[in-house]
Amino acid sequence: MSQENKSRAMEEFTKGLWKENQIFVTILGMCPSLAVTNSVINGLAMGIATTCVLILSNLLISLCRNIIPNQVRITAFIVIIATLVQVIDFMMAALVPGVHKELGAFIALIVVNCIILGRAESFAAKNPPWLSVLDGAGMGLGFTFALTVIGVIREILGNGSIFNISLFGPKFEPWVIMILPPGGFITLGFLLLGFSWYAQRKINKLQQKEK
Amino acid sequence: MENLVWIFVSALLINNFVLAYFLGLCSFFGVTTKIDTAIRLGVANTFVMIITALSVYALNKWVLFYAPYLQMICFIVVIASAVQFVEMAIKKLSPALFKALGIYLPLITTNCAILAIALFTTNKGYGLIEGLVYAIGAGLGVTLAYVLLAGIREESRLTYIPKLIQGTAINMIIAGILSMAFMGFAGLFSAN
Repeated sequence: MSQENKSRAMEEFTKGLWKENQIFVTILGMCPSLAVTNSVINGLAMGIATTCVLILSNLLISLCRNIIPNQVRITAFIVIIATLVQVIDFMMAALVPGVHKELGAFIALIVVNCIILGRAESFAAKNPPWLSVLDGAGMGLGFTFALTVIGVIREILGNGSIFNISLFGPKFEPWVIMILPPGGFITLGFLLLGFSWYAQRKINKLQQKEK
Repeated sequence: MENLVWIFVSALLINNFVLAYFLGLCSFFGVTTKIDTAIRLGVANTFVMIITALSVYALNKWVLFYAPYLQMICFIVVIASAVQFVEMAIKKLSPALFKALGIYLPLITTNCAILAIALFTTNKGYGLIEGLVYAIGAGLGVTLAYVLLAGIREESRLTYIPKLIQGTAINMIIAGILSMAFMGFAGLFSAN
């Protein structure tokens, strides 16, 4: 592998982590990111499951990209993704039954996660398999990271704990609304506000330098 | 009968698909800029949900009973075909509406709320009538949520919003407050 190829691969992998983070930057895949992040463990499990599906679907779709006729590609992608999700669903039911029960239908709903179809359509269908795998891994890890961040905030505020370990002792009055549905919306809203503040500050600094 | 009313109200308000289950958020934030489109999209969604609920009942009875591992593939294929069918039907019956809906129609396929209808009716073991009522309630609930957010967004265009919070951030927070209001409905049926 030449030097150029290596840096390209590195770039495909890292762009999903932060620069093109699918949740914070492109605002895709909202449904699972809000629905299951009422605790860190759930968010993490959902992230890992989605990452597995994403890597495998990117690999398979990239391998098949020259066989699938253009007109039926979306249908073909969806069937591939659905198959993979079913496999992951059964696997999780066998390996981690507790988490599987808590996440419930949301494991199955990975099928309609816009991120997966989005990566298939915009990346895997045009690029060779090894790059697609890296892209999937990067995007998946970025997604997991975002879910974990939201999960940490909501669990600390709403339950006073992290990974089910109590942080503040019995005197802490939990902010219950944070682990209920409204908390999800509000947490993500404020996170996005924070990111746009940070981006704005960076732009301002650049402008000051130019002056 | 009371049970059916309960299923309907629960899907419509208490467990609203958008505001309590976080389903169908992509279209929720993506297309609810005008009340008009919100209503149209909501109705198209409801329609697909009803067809899905009917097909899922048939699938569960005759196919998945023998081959449960085909669940996901069957559901997604049924939904994709249902959307295609609705698209053709609307195109034939009312070309004007077809034009107005535009790209939103095919997008319904990847709306998680539809797949959720299929999964929830299966998990809860609903029969034909119950599934139908559930789908109608959920569909109207989704429409209601879309229209509410679209209305607020239309109004908010007239006021001053700081530049930093414009866009998705403020929509998220509005949705959070709406969701809080919907939590109040949880007390509706607690008397019995």
